[in-house]
Amino acid sequence: MQTIIISSPLVSHRLSLALPVPRSPLINYHHGAPPSIRLSSHRFTNSLRLFSSAAAAAASRDSEMATEDVQDPRIAKIAASIRVIPDFPKPGIMFQDITTLLLDTEAFKDTIALFVDRYKGKDISVVAGVEARGFIFGPPIALAIGAKFVPMRKPKKLPGKVISEEYSLEYGTDKIEMHVGAVEPGERAIIIDDLIATGGTLAAAIRLLERVGVKIVECACVIELPELKGKEKLGETPLFVLVSSA
Amino acid sequence: MFASENGLKGDPRLEAISAAIRVVPDFPKKGIMFQDITTLLLDHKAFKHTIDIFVDRYRDMQISVVAGVEARGFLFGPSIALAIGAKFIPLRKPGKLPGKVISESYELEYGHDRLEMHVGTVEPRERVIIIDDLVATGGTLSAAISLLESQGAEVVECACVIGLPEVKGQHKLKGKPLYVLVEPSGVDEFC
Repeated sequence: MQTIIISSPLVSHRLSLALPVPRSPLINYHHGAPPSIRLSSHRFTNSLRLFSSAAAAAASRDSEMATEDVQDPRIAKIAASIRVIPDFPKPGIMFQDITTLLLDTEAFKDTIALFVDRYKGKDISVVAGVEARGFIFGPPIALAIGAKFVPMRKPKKLPGKVISEEYSLEYGTDKIEMHVGAVEPGERAIIIDDLIATGGTLAAAIRLLERVGVKIVECACVIELPELKGKEKLGETPLFVLVSSA
Repeated sequence: MFASENGLKGDPRLEAISAAIRVVPDFPKKGIMFQDITTLLLDHKAFKHTIDIFVDRYRDMQISVVAGVEARGFLFGPSIALAIGAKFIPLRKPGKLPGKVISESYELEYGHDRLEMHVGTVEPRERVIIIDDLVATGGTLSAAISLLESQGAEVVECACVIGLPEVKGQHKLKGKPLYVLVEPSGVDEFC
């Protein structure tokens, strides 16, 4: 059973200063500084709940964060391994680059372990992953918890019969697709992506799966950009993230 | 070389993997029998066998990097990397990777495309395997090999789940060994 931990702001502040930030000798981190672990203040009072259907139903408006418990250094290490690239893909955007996390074998292993520990033994038979970075995290989780992996793809990539769901972009719309028959009504699913920003893609993924009678237990991402309020687009579906990047 | 010729002859796992792959005719265009691995991903046992066979092969070969070709190489590469304690490097279509990249172009049936990789992700002489779901002409894998070698890495082998008839009998790709689990499903009907 997981302990409910409530981190105080003072403790968390010390946490972010005390931990050494591992850096790959190969990567030129932006401005020579490691990506900062910036946890917005309201997270500090967010408790880690026991994972149960009752708890999921009673989930608060805030996304659930993996514990900021001082005894779990895995989160800080994961956050430190993520590189921030300014002005990509366009000016003003601080891009959260998880490729550096994938180069850090311990951080990548810990990332998967955190998700697997949360979802194994919960009768989840489907891990749906959003193209393309959801394909990196989803399959290892699916394999470890004994679930199928279902890719959710951009239009025209999946062969054979598909169903699709449209969603809004800043300018215009896009679509994601899933194979007909990949999932069955009544199956329990989680949806994985590397990051949640506006929540448009994940909301479309939820709608797609719900249309075929699947219950989405949770959406899970490595990173959340809370200022973009993506969580609000997910409706009743809970959101679990490892790192919140303000 | 095919796994069945290289120590796994008669291995029932190969049969299960082959059976789990779906053939979709006339995709993406008429005449092409598309080898769809998404059905393999729905079959947890067969998917696990796929990863286990690659992991068993590479775990003791001092491989420190697994490079995967977007997007279907991403479905197999990370699990292998995690199991053997290697880094995972995504090789992507143009414009997807942020920051400094190098790129290599390769031929398509009509025209060409480019593959990109981040600069500074491999050290000279690191031992690398390259993963994709399927090898047809080998054009994409050749571009991948060039990218990695330009950074000083040693490409130990290219590994794919499926190998099309063009590669049968072809043990090496651009001088590098090629390891393939199964032939395309459904090909016997046409012989």
